[in-house]
Amino acid sequence: MDYAFLISSLIKIVALLAVVLGIMNYAVYAERRISALIQDRLGPNRVGPAGLFQPIADAAKFLLKEDFTPGHVNKFYYWLAPCLAMIPAITTLAVLPFGSTLFGVPMVIADINVGVLFVFAIASLGVYGIVIAGWSSNSKYPFLGGVRSTSQMISYELSLGLAVIPIFLLIGQLRLTEVVRYQIEHGWMIAPFVGDWTNPHKWLLAIPMVVSFVVFTIAIFAETNRLPFDLPEAETELVGGYHTEYGSMKFGLFFLGEYVAMITGSAIIVTLFLGGWHFPGIPDGSHGWGWGLVNIFIFFSKVAVLLFVFIWVRWTLPRFRYDQLMRLGWVFFFEIALVNIFVAAIILAYFPA
Amino acid sequence: MAITVSRPKLNWSERLYLPAILSGMAITLKHFKNMLLGRTKVTMQYPEEKWDSQMPEHYRGAPALVRDQTGRIRCVACQLCEFICPPRAIKIIPGEIPTGDRFAKVEKFPHEFDIDMIRCIYCGLCEEVCPEQAIYLRKDYAITGFTRADMVHDKEKLLEIGGVMHGVVLKWNEKK
Repeated sequence: MDYAFLISSLIKIVALLAVVLGIMNYAVYAERRISALIQDRLGPNRVGPAGLFQPIADAAKFLLKEDFTPGHVNKFYYWLAPCLAMIPAITTLAVLPFGSTLFGVPMVIADINVGVLFVFAIASLGVYGIVIAGWSSNSKYPFLGGVRSTSQMISYELSLGLAVIPIFLLIGQLRLTEVVRYQIEHGWMIAPFVGDWTNPHKWLLAIPMVVSFVVFTIAIFAETNRLPFDLPEAETELVGGYHTEYGSMKFGLFFLGEYVAMITGSAIIVTLFLGGWHFPGIPDGSHGWGWGLVNIFIFFSKVAVLLFVFIWVRWTLPRFRYDQLMRLGWVFFFEIALVNIFVAAIILAYFPA
Repeated sequence: MAITVSRPKLNWSERLYLPAILSGMAITLKHFKNMLLGRTKVTMQYPEEKWDSQMPEHYRGAPALVRDQTGRIRCVACQLCEFICPPRAIKIIPGEIPTGDRFAKVEKFPHEFDIDMIRCIYCGLCEEVCPEQAIYLRKDYAITGFTRADMVHDKEKLLEIGGVMHGVVLKWNEKK
């Protein structure tokens, strides 16, 4: 039994969970402040300096509310659903490399060789939380929300899976640390400025990568139920969607689970397309623990920028109609992703570096 | 007759949809930036900033009783305001001014004068109906209390809000 591995893994798990839950709480605050600023309002600015203690007040409110269970629900599944919404989103973080090394320990909890398959396998389970919540609530609107969510997430998972194939055609491995290592050597997937960046082959290859990036990002929007794809919880149509019958901390888990899914989604995008923890000119953790911390900071900064884009898009675009959503998923993104795979394959086969 | 609305003919970039999204996002980013830099000024931070200076002349706030120049409560307890008050917020118990008093010829004064500020709708009918110009709507709007009893303004409170009014009605002067 390797105790050093066990202890370092435990420390990494606790630290990553603490950081991600912290980001999650402040993502809610950021959502409220940014949405307010976009709409020429001020947002929460009363609790603490500039409203920075607002997440604590929100959490205290959720925890102190009465934890009721309506009489007409299926109790077992009603209690199971919030956990199922939260757990897959957090579990996905286990395989993501969030930093280089710190004191010689690689900053990834589980460096498994099926990396991205694990991400998709676990992230897909997130739909069960929503479906079970909609079904067990035994009520019309949550049911409609659950049904919409099922079809939406299944449709967009196809484009999600197809969009990453060009990357793995290029790298030949599913391990996410390998994806990051490749991008350190050859430049980020969508902007290969590192290494021999004058090589036209790399820029030719960047075209399918950018297409992949756009399709993947949009599919992540749909997977996390964010506007413009927030049909499962369209409050103007469905009262509140799949969590209409939920209150107090059970609602809080759905609400925060959505934000954790956002953080996880951003982290996947950063790892696959935006170079992970790498930034040109900054050395990795083997040059001292200070640089190791800087690498971790860079990773979470990139995630934060993507979270801002998530929020920014939400407060800009209107919601799609349901048939438009399905048409977009099946007729456009699915085809684009499929053609994109062949384009990438042809470039790799006939235009060698 | 049904009218067929012709669909606009979209060009290539409009059909692609992404340029429109980007221009929309540029607009929201502009709003975000202007708010962040403090260029847009819309919200008034209420308890710190108040709009007292911008309040219009005709603003109708809390009703109040006034005294005249000699310090007499102008109200003669005729109870017209009590009768006209639509939500029945006013309650008056009249009293008699004893003989020998300087204003004995006025005969009545309000022994008790309560306005329930939970009921008051700030309509201003009491001010309009008052033949003595004794009740006015002042500009106080932040009326708060911890209990229902706190929200009932009694005579002292109403006179405190009202203050002294130098008015035109001088019919109860001694000389007349």
